[in-house]
Amino acid sequence: MTSIAHHIPDHLLQAYAAGTLHYSMDMVIAAHVSMCDECRARLAAHECAGGAVLEEARSVGVSQGMRARVLAALDAPCDMRPPRRASGVFPAPVMEALSGQPPKWQKMGAGVRQSLLHADKAGSVRLLYIPGGQAVPDHGHHGLELTLVLQGAFSDEGGRFGVGDVEVADDSVEHTPIAEIGPACICLAATEGSLRFNALIPRLLQPFLRI
Amino acid sequence: MMTFELDYAPDEEQAGQAPIATAVRTSRAARHVTLEPTKEYSPQTQWMIAVRDHQDKSAYLQLFDHFAPRLKGYLMRSGMSDAQAEDIVQDAMLSVWRKAHLFDPHRAAVSSWIYQIARNRQIDVIRKEKRPVPEELKQPEETEEDASQIVGLEQELSKLRDALQTLSPDQRQVIEHAYLGELSHKDIREKTGLPLGTIKSRIRLGLTRLRHELKGLNRS
Repeated sequence: MTSIAHHIPDHLLQAYAAGTLHYSMDMVIAAHVSMCDECRARLAAHECAGGAVLEEARSVGVSQGMRARVLAALDAPCDMRPPRRASGVFPAPVMEALSGQPPKWQKMGAGVRQSLLHADKAGSVRLLYIPGGQAVPDHGHHGLELTLVLQGAFSDEGGRFGVGDVEVADDSVEHTPIAEIGPACICLAATEGSLRFNALIPRLLQPFLRI
Repeated sequence: MMTFELDYAPDEEQAGQAPIATAVRTSRAARHVTLEPTKEYSPQTQWMIAVRDHQDKSAYLQLFDHFAPRLKGYLMRSGMSDAQAEDIVQDAMLSVWRKAHLFDPHRAAVSSWIYQIARNRQIDVIRKEKRPVPEELKQPEETEEDASQIVGLEQELSKLRDALQTLSPDQRQVIEHAYLGELSHKDIREKTGLPLGTIKSRIRLGLTRLRHELKGLNRS
């Protein structure tokens, strides 16, 4: 395991445990936790707190019918598909979103490629492929942005981010990530709300690229 | 609507009693468990281990009767209807049986394990798609039980529950809402200062243990 320097902040782990985040944020946090023992332990602690709240919850009687259905189902065969495992640089939650297939890359210009995993009005999550030495188009964003490095490394105003590191940027940050010279940098990037690019052309392209 | 009685008087589990005392009082649960030493474990942990290792249905019933009404109350507080909550409880409690082999008492209390299963199921249902979850750790082939580790985690959790009990009703409500998923983290930061800090320091103590445990797990 490589040493991870940039982790998921505590308030986001708490929110993940409580289930209050958008799908796209869930994806990056689940992927990072899959790679990071420290955040796995911190998440487990939040789940313990959730369990403590559950223990103290006021009981509401369940119907006898439901109880009987559950008991009857215990012996019934169930074909649970085993969960997908990590494959190559892609953590298990990403493989799940890819249905076990390699990503379908879409060209964005200058060698940069993306593979959109999920997008709706509230947010999106994608894989980004950035050739070594290449910059990701300069962008700000309306909401929270999480970027997890899966291969290679990038640097920007926030520091250096290697495999397993996650950069957390809010709408006050305008940053220009540049992939390190060497192998291409592959990231899992999630946003709440749409990104806005600073250059005119990418802004015009935004609706087409669904960024 | 039909209801059923809990197995034991509710007052037994109030006020954050030490797991040891509770385990002794409900010693009938220990009969299901063949592993040693287990007497110090909470009844919930003993039931869950019996389900995991022996597909013990009477232990499962104890778990069901303990957690299903709590889960339902918890889900309804987070805004679900009676029928929706029953559906989630049904799915979650079945998962407890079917995923029992994944339960690791070194890393999770039964309550936190079930909390997480129910929470994920609830989100799957609301979003109509599968929530991204972390990859399960690969369990070593032969797991030797470290009783002190398990008891340590349970004691830490008991301290956490005590800490919850000592909060003012307002403060406690904020924490409950946070883990029910009713408030955003921003709201929590605005509404709490010290109390969340207290909880966090408790969590941190638990973390140290969890982290040591995680480091000891074989990962490939």
